[in-house]
Amino acid sequence: MTSVPIVRLDDVSKHFTVRKDKSLKERIVNAARGRAHAEHFEALKHISLEIDSGSTVGLIGPNGSGKSTLLKTIGGIIQPSSGTVERRGRMAALLELGAGFHPDLTGRENVYLNASILGLSERQTDQYFDAIVDFSGIEQFIDQQVKFYSSGMYVRLAFAVAVHVDPDLLLVDEVLAVGDEAFQEKCLEKIRSFQLEGRTIVLVTHTLSQITDLCTRGVVLSRGSMVFDGPPIEAVEVLRGGFRSQREYEDARKEHVADVAAQEQLERVTIDAVRLVDEHGSTTRSVHAGSDVTLEVDLTAIDPIEDWRLGVSIANGFGQTALFTTTERLGLDPKRLAGPARIRFAMPDLHLGAGSYVTSVSLERRSGGELARAQDAVTFQVDDDGASVGIARTALRVHVEPR
Amino acid sequence: MSDVATRRAQRLADEPWEHAGARSSGFGGFLASVRDIWQYRELLGRLTKRELKARYKDSKLGFVWSLVRPLTMLFVYAVVVGEFLGAARQIENFGIYIFAGLAIYTVYQEIVGAGTSAIVVNSGLIKKVYLPREIFPLATIGPAMFTLVIQLAILIIAAIVTASLHTGEPGVGVMTFGMHLLYAPAAIVLAIIWSAAFALALSAINVYLRDIAYLVDVVLVLVMWGSPILYSISMVEERLAGGAFEWLLPVYVNSPVTLTVLGFQEAFWQAGAATAHVPALWMNMLISAGIGLLAVYVSQRIFARLQGDFAQEL
Repeated sequence: MTSVPIVRLDDVSKHFTVRKDKSLKERIVNAARGRAHAEHFEALKHISLEIDSGSTVGLIGPNGSGKSTLLKTIGGIIQPSSGTVERRGRMAALLELGAGFHPDLTGRENVYLNASILGLSERQTDQYFDAIVDFSGIEQFIDQQVKFYSSGMYVRLAFAVAVHVDPDLLLVDEVLAVGDEAFQEKCLEKIRSFQLEGRTIVLVTHTLSQITDLCTRGVVLSRGSMVFDGPPIEAVEVLRGGFRSQREYEDARKEHVADVAAQEQLERVTIDAVRLVDEHGSTTRSVHAGSDVTLEVDLTAIDPIEDWRLGVSIANGFGQTALFTTTERLGLDPKRLAGPARIRFAMPDLHLGAGSYVTSVSLERRSGGELARAQDAVTFQVDDDGASVGIARTALRVHVEPR
Repeated sequence: MSDVATRRAQRLADEPWEHAGARSSGFGGFLASVRDIWQYRELLGRLTKRELKARYKDSKLGFVWSLVRPLTMLFVYAVVVGEFLGAARQIENFGIYIFAGLAIYTVYQEIVGAGTSAIVVNSGLIKKVYLPREIFPLATIGPAMFTLVIQLAILIIAAIVTASLHTGEPGVGVMTFGMHLLYAPAAIVLAIIWSAAFALALSAINVYLRDIAYLVDVVLVLVMWGSPILYSISMVEERLAGGAFEWLLPVYVNSPVTLTVLGFQEAFWQAGAATAHVPALWMNMLISAGIGLLAVYVSQRIFARLQGDFAQEL
């Protein structure tokens, strides 16, 4: 027995009534006029979900899709209008770092205050105190009032407290996006060690690479409904494609194999397929750093075209372009294109940082004017070797020598 | 998967399922909430400390300021109301008299006043972390007790000083030692019960109707003048007796504020003064405490009913 259910949601719905009249006067006036100054809003619709211990679940969806509401419902901060939410074990919520920090108290006092808010007894806090201060790395400021802290120090201390409360279930909302790169990496490291210890993590994020990097399961929400529940890479694809239901996604994927779904036929040229293939020529979705891969683009020029170029971009989960090139930049002579053709971009020794990437291709005239486009045609994953972080990577070595 | 993970899973498998948040209804729900709050009792202490530390932050005199306010009030009431308006002519040792009443009334004022806005003030926490939200209105009790202790210290010192001035007539208008002193702790308990009941319900309602906080401010002033703090209860009795509003008298006398004020006057001003008007003061306070506990139950239920939507109303 390595995993048991830890959270159970049964047919959970949440309706909000947004009242526009907060004060007594407004209410009386509006009641007299007999107008209903309230808007009903369904934030969650019939969500049933079971989360196993030891899993890391990513909740994703566009803004306003109800993912934060769902997280707060699991946390007990919001009560569902109908349905039940059950859970067991100790829970810690990282919905906002430093919630409950009081600016006039010192770092030390705030550690104790925040720990007791998160449900730790004074004796337990005594035990963890040194570890907390050590993790935060702000020993020399611990007896200063936190209002004099820089925002970085504030966040470090708050995160340190939250991860030391020994939770079985950790709820994380967007907070991993704060702090500098080094601190973010520290947070992610802590989360990985939490995973090894069999703790359950439910996180809400807009950084899709975190979903593919950290999660074992992805749940996609759209307008309060759960539209997908499954492997994180597919979840990210569903979100990118904007599919409204799991079935729609599966139908689309079937078509996708024959035809790139997102393409737009602008003229009589079609992009039939975009594939990433490894050195053996088979389609792949995961790439080792330093391996040779090739991007294949199948085209059909129904009307012959003369002055064309094909552009390829690879962007990471943050939408930053990691690589962009065109056939023109690469010095390919644009011969007359007629009928079916295959264009192969060889990418030997590809060094990209770990994470998920998305490839888009676009065919255009050299004189300008797009002919065809396949947005987000291929998603692939670059594995992590633990040696470095960031978008660039190389075969790093290090040594010390006398001088 | 590591050993730690397996052990964790085994432990979790044995743990019972709990509802997220507090949603059970009726008396069972009340008990469950009380248990929850009890588990967070350390936080109550921490919040009290936070409040006290933040109260006079960065001021040079610090806690001296908490002495200045009650002393000024004592001075103003004693001189203006007592001497200029002549209330002191009918009430011996008027300074002690009003201060006894004011000290206990401050408990209501602080707990109900600060408690009403406690949820709104702590909205940052309530929206982000789950903990029994009753903690926040209840955490106003601690600072109120602190104020009370300071005021009691002033009161007792003043009573001893005046006692030494009135050496000739022991027991009249001066503090003496005896069983009647027990009225003081009884009055404090009664005050806490009732003000906690009001703070709980009002803090929840205030989330939906922010006017409540302002209304409470006004009502607290009214209630202060509606209890025998700055005047004698015998003045009210004289006016109401035999009149059309005679039925109001028992309501007036048995209001929790009047009972606690009388308790304090009995203890610190003059033994036997209040019991002359309410012979069975003990019994009245006991009954009031019983009803007060019922009020705590009812307002906790109101609170539990309303707290489900706190996070989005704040």
